[in-house]
Order: sequence, then C-alpha cells, then structure tokens
Amino acid sequence: MVDEGLRSELQKQGVFTTSLEELYNWGRKNSLWPLGFGLACCAIEMIAASMARFDLARFGSEVFRPSPRQADLMIVAGTVTKKMAPQVVRLYNQMPEPKYVIAMGACAISGGPFKQGYNVLKGIDRYIPVDIHIPGCPPRPEALIHALMALQKKIEQQALTGEARPRHLRPEAPSEFKVPEFGEHDLEPPNNPEVWRPPQMTRPE
Amino acid sequence: MTFCTVETLEQIKARLEAAVPGANLEIIANDSPSVQRSLLADNEYALAIARQLRDDPELRFDYLSNVSGVDWPDCTTTEKVKTRELIEGVEREIERTVEHKRPGFLEAVYHLYSVQLRQGPLILRLRTQDRGEANQVPSLTPIWRGAELQEREAFDLFGIVFDGHPDLRRILMWDGFKDFPMRKDFSEPDDYEYEPTPHDEVLERAKRHGQGAAGKT
Repeated sequence: MVDEGLRSELQKQGVFTTSLEELYNWGRKNSLWPLGFGLACCAIEMIAASMARFDLARFGSEVFRPSPRQADLMIVAGTVTKKMAPQVVRLYNQMPEPKYVIAMGACAISGGPFKQGYNVLKGIDRYIPVDIHIPGCPPRPEALIHALMALQKKIEQQALTGEARPRHLRPEAPSEFKVPEFGEHDLEPPNNPEVWRPPQMTRPE
Repeated sequence: MTFCTVETLEQIKARLEAAVPGANLEIIANDSPSVQRSLLADNEYALAIARQLRDDPELRFDYLSNVSGVDWPDCTTTEKVKTRELIEGVEREIERTVEHKRPGFLEAVYHLYSVQLRQGPLILRLRTQDRGEANQVPSLTPIWRGAELQEREAFDLFGIVFDGHPDLRRILMWDGFKDFPMRKDFSEPDDYEYEPTPHDEVLERAKRHGQGAAGKT
C-alpha cells in the first residue's frame, strides 16, 4: 500500500498511483446497473430517483437493465407478496456475480404495514442476502441515493484477496439461493435458514 | 352517495316478485347509521332476479360496482323472554333466557347501480347454505360481466363457490393454497418474528414463542 502522504505528494507532481484493487472497485462502484423492476409504490420513488430531478445517473446507476443477466444490483422496491417471492428469488439467482441487493421500503425489509397479513412476505431477507436496508414508507429518492452511496462505500472497501474477500470471490460460497415453493398454507420453506434466522432478543442481566 | 331510487325497496321487491314467479325475496334491515337495507334473493331464482334487475325498464341496474364476501360463523344469541307461568299455584311473571342457534353461512353481496336511470346503490345478497360442503351460490357473471374477477376473489378469500362462473380459479393466492384467508376461523401459519411493541394477537403469539411484552427471552 502506498503511503497517503507520498501519494498526495506524487499527485501534485502529476503522478497518479493506485492499486489494482482500488481501480477495480472504483470501476465497479460507479457502474452499478440496477435491475429494472418494481413491486409497489416504492418503485415510483425509484423511478423518480432515476429521472432528471434526482438524477441517479450522477452515481452511475441510471442504466436500468430489463434483464437480470445484465444487472449488478437488485432494488427490491415494494411489497413482496408470497405469490411474488419465488419470482424475486429466481430473478436474483439469474443475476451474475458480483451482485448486490437493496431492500427498499418498510415492506421489502420487514413486511411493513402488511406484516400481520396472510399474503405478504415478512421481508425479502428471508430468502436472499440483503446488503442495504432502507426504511421508509415509501423512502424518498434521497434515501435511495443514500443507500446507493452506502453500497458504493461497501464495494469500495471490499478486499479482493484474503479472508475478508466478498462472496463472489469465494468459490465455495453460494451464488444461488433456494427458490421457495407454494405450499398448502404458506411458502415452503417459510424462510431460508442459510440466509436468515429469526432475530433473538436477549436482555443484559 | 345517497340512496336515490325511483322506487322504494319495497316497490322493487314487489316488482321483482311479480316478474319472477316463485321468487322469494327478503328485505334485510340495517341497524347502522347508514340504514342501507338490502335484498336477499334465494339461490334458485337469483339469476332470473338479477336479469330482471338489469333488464326491467324501470330498474335498469346496468352497472355492478362491487362484489364482496361476508363470513357469518355459527353463532348463539341469548334473549330474555318474559313469560307468565304457574309456580306453586300462583301465576307469576318470570324471565327466561332463550338461546337461539344460527348455523353459519357465507354471503356474496352485490352493489348495483343504474347509470341510465341514475339510481343506486341496490344491494343484493346471496347466501350459501352453510360454510362447509354446501357453499354454492349462483354466479351472476352471465348478467354482469364485471362480476367475473370479483367473484373469483370472493371464491379465493372466502371459499364461496359460484355455480356457472366461466373460470373459477384462485386469483390472489396461488392454486395449491388450501385455506380461505378472509374467513373468521382462518389461522395463519405461525412464523412469529420479534416485534418491538407487541400487542393484542401479536402479544399472544410473542408469549407463545417465549417473548413477553418487555421482549424477555
């Protein structure tokens, strides 16, 4: 690693130094192409974020891809009903690595106002790994932009080698997750224990 | 919207009974502030009555705005009745509690408007015999095409079987789903998740899972 002081000194002399890791992550974080799909009203905010007023293009994410094969980022924008959940997981499975997920809005992160309902999934993180959760009902476009910046920061800090390397660089780590099936009373299984476990609360004695 | 029909509900009932011989209609009272009374039709003549409601030049209910389902579970009501009885040779007035048992049934409620005559809503009810096997009512889709998807929804969520419906499948839940979520006795699958402020039913469920109001584990 180049010393920060030396690096800034070199930069003043017109010499730019970087590492491959930094260059690679810089490229990745500034061209996150989201998958163009929305599930409910949050999608409207997502659309607004991509239009001229909020201008998601400033962050390199304006290219909403209609195909999961070309997308890096899945923005789960809206209520995931139990009927829709298998399709969302299947779309995620069809995306190539490295791939990231933003769960946008109260419904996508927990079921939101429909949590006690019979037909709404209590958060998409039950089936796929979620990188960024945005609360809000719906979150404003600024919140989505904030989530995208948080994700960019996360990508920037990902090491390409060593123990802490991300999932897509580990051959043994799964890149596809089980698609739930329609059961007689609920989705089978109701959650994927590899990805999600019910939160446990313990009080300090 | 205010109830504005050319004829009163009694007149409509008489008109329908005259036009459809054998039909037995009943006016259901409504105690709520809206006082919106409705017509209960028997299943055998429901289709003929619906056709008459649509085609009669004085009624012309040409627009079906809404189909909903109602679940009436078995219920027992108690009523206090005063009777005079001979007790120990003396006639006295005593109060007795009488129990009324009403078997449960399902109901499909149709809200009808007339665009031509600017009247409505007229509320038409159809009842199934019970909540088990005999859960059929005639479909009114042949009369109002707009009923198709809404009757499917009532079938999906309440389990009302509409005889004569062209395509009776589940619409919101998936095909292999076995329950009827909007019925009063529906119990949803038990997948409790930590709630910061549980209350009512959620609190009960939290306790079952060993987590009380304060989130104790």
